[in-house]
Amino acid sequence: MLGRANPMLPMICGIERVKRETHDTFTFELTPPCDYSFAPGQFNMLYVFGVGEVAISVSGDPSKKEALVHTIRAVGSVTKAICKLKGGGSVGVRGAFGSDWQIDKAVGKDVVLVAGGIGLAPLRPVIYHILANRAEFGRVSVLYGTRTTGDLVFRREIEQWRGRFDLDFEVTVDTASADWRGDVGFVTTLIRKASFDPLETVAMLCGPEIMMRFSIAELKKLGLTSEQIFVSMERNMKCAVGFCGHCQFGPAFVCRDGPVFRLDHLEPLFGKHEI
Amino acid sequence: MPDILESKNLQQLIEVLSADGYRVVAPTVRDNAIIYDEIATVADLPKGWTDKQDGGNYRLEKRKDDAFFGYNVGPHSWKKFLHPPVTRLFRAKLEGNGFQVVPEVEETPDFAFFGVRSCELHAIAIHDRVLIDEQFVDPVYQARREKIFTVAVNCGQAGGTCFCVSMNTGPKASFGYDIVLTEVLDGERHYFTVETGSEKGAEVMSKIPLRKAEAEESETAEKIVAETVLQMGRYLDTTGIRDLLIRNYDHPRWDEVASRCLTCANCTMVCPTCFCSTVEDVTDLKGHAAERWRKWDSCFTLDFSYIHGGNVRSSAKSRYRQWMTHKLSAWIDQFETSGCVGCGRCITWCPTGIDITEEVRAIRETEVSD
Ligand SMILES: Cc1cc2nc3c(=O)[nH]c(=O)nc-3n(C[C@H](O)[C@H](O)[C@H](O)COP(=O)(O)OP(=O)(O)OC[C@H]3O[C@@H](n4cnc5c(N)ncnc54)[C@H](O)[C@@H]3O)c2cc1C
Ligand code: SF4
Ligand code: SF4
Ligand code: FES
Repeated sequence: MLGRANPMLPMICGIERVKRETHDTFTFELTPPCDYSFAPGQFNMLYVFGVGEVAISVSGDPSKKEALVHTIRAVGSVTKAICKLKGGGSVGVRGAFGSDWQIDKAVGKDVVLVAGGIGLAPLRPVIYHILANRAEFGRVSVLYGTRTTGDLVFRREIEQWRGRFDLDFEVTVDTASADWRGDVGFVTTLIRKASFDPLETVAMLCGPEIMMRFSIAELKKLGLTSEQIFVSMERNMKCAVGFCGHCQFGPAFVCRDGPVFRLDHLEPLFGKHEI
Repeated sequence: MPDILESKNLQQLIEVLSADGYRVVAPTVRDNAIIYDEIATVADLPKGWTDKQDGGNYRLEKRKDDAFFGYNVGPHSWKKFLHPPVTRLFRAKLEGNGFQVVPEVEETPDFAFFGVRSCELHAIAIHDRVLIDEQFVDPVYQARREKIFTVAVNCGQAGGTCFCVSMNTGPKASFGYDIVLTEVLDGERHYFTVETGSEKGAEVMSKIPLRKAEAEESETAEKIVAETVLQMGRYLDTTGIRDLLIRNYDHPRWDEVASRCLTCANCTMVCPTCFCSTVEDVTDLKGHAAERWRKWDSCFTLDFSYIHGGNVRSSAKSRYRQWMTHKLSAWIDQFETSGCVGCGRCITWCPTGIDITEEVRAIRETEVSD
């Protein structure tokens, strides 16, 4: 952790490169603060001068220390302001915060990653890690759904991953344009087609809560238990260090105890309305 | 045996604290309420006043005697000094293509809290858990907290909405003070029993005129506090409360209380343990300088739970439920203590008189299992 003395004070990081992913999503490569490290699933608080601060997961390769990578979808005031920044500019960074995907628990098992929309960003470090240590895992499926074909991020990389024999990378869109030859439908339909041994599988989910709810129902139908399912939660966050109270989900502080939870740790509240 | 401080010498305690460099903050009457603010002399204390409190009701009345502490807790709590309602977190300045962050260099005042009740000592201990005992430390709170001098007062009466006995937090101060006083009015006699809780406290006491208490004086003081216990009009049964509330997330009582709750956030503002905050960013007109401020916030506001696409807790029901289940249930998981000290402020200052003890009772008595 950075800035132990004052956890609310950001470090300033230069923007090395900006890559446009879609009409509203950009990937930023930042010069990491000294001694920075993160585990897949963790996030940073990014501060834009005079505008505000938002929680953004690290989307880069955990073994590459030279760049700190974030993929950001412009949805509101701060994320839009970040997405206007160019190489050479800078942002404030606090982090890395929160829990991680605990990939070590998946060693020796089949792995199913289910991502909805920008939810692929926090899972990309897991993909990098698995591919770098491929022999440690069983069958690996990545099931990725977005609303339209125009919302797909990491396109070139996905094409490379889809060409691999040791990774089953499936993509589906809710609604497709005429030139789309892939799957159409919700990401839950991909779960049924994926091959894994339900008794020896770890599933990691990130996306809108409703998508995670349906995916969980599907995974459980196939025989997975809550102990085998990890979810990344999203809540309003103002501090990331347990001070502001905004991110609470029942007894959990999503910033400190999450964002990644083993599903049984969120039960019985997960799936209830307005928690 | 405690020491005795004659009431006419109370002023000397204030003077010693001021001479030691403390800013003495204490109860004082302002706009028909007893609030906490800086005082100069004993004349600023609410001498001869008391507060009548009930659900949604607060009124000052003259007492028949000259008690200095003959009332209970008002709309303020000490959190306004330790966890200020507004704080600047940092300033930032544009520089070339980027910017620089300028940390705050704040002169932290040395406060002497004068007249802290037992429930309030517990509330401070709870904030210690939240803001300094966990993985991260809030430097604003820590700097202020480290320096305070605490003069506690054992309660000589229970307020109309108090329930500290249920919460095991009063009315007698048991820790967390430098000095503790019990006020005794006995016929013509008016004195305080004084005990120390720290070296700092002993040092201050060595500078004020004291004498050893007679057995009878100390017994009178003990009796006053024991009577306060018996006066406690409200009760909250905390047996298994963590699980009780988790089991009853879908209880119809939440709809019923929501029909009375105005989501005005009063209860969270007056509560001595509520700690939530938000941040605000401001820039100067030219956009060359920026500041980031932290302000108290409340889980009763709609924005509190906003995430892109909507507010997680849009109904009043879910917001009241969040507040109460956090206080009495989730807090136990988070900080191994209840988040409620039974001070009754949320009951008194609720415009519609919603009573947390009554809400718990209603759920307990009509529990539905799903
Ligand atoms: C742990 C975590 C990881 C995240 N990772 C990513 C990521 O990798 N890429 C990405 O594009 N987005 C990510 N998000 C979502 C991102 O934080 C929000 O899109 C962002 O806060 C929206 O802020 P805004 O000012 O642009 O939007 P506005 O709508 O203007 O928001 C106003 C304020 O509401 C709050 N808010 C709004 N939406 C969210 C939200 N979804 N989550 C939390 N607070 C919100 C923020 O405090 C924000 O300042 C993540 C969120 C969390 C909690
Ligand atoms: S709750 Fe107890 S300690 Fe607090 S003011 Fe009332 S009687 Fe005193
Ligand atoms: S919840 Fe109410 S009674 Fe309990 S500490 Fe807060 S204000 Fe006091
Ligand atoms: S984001 Fe502030 S407490 Fe979690």
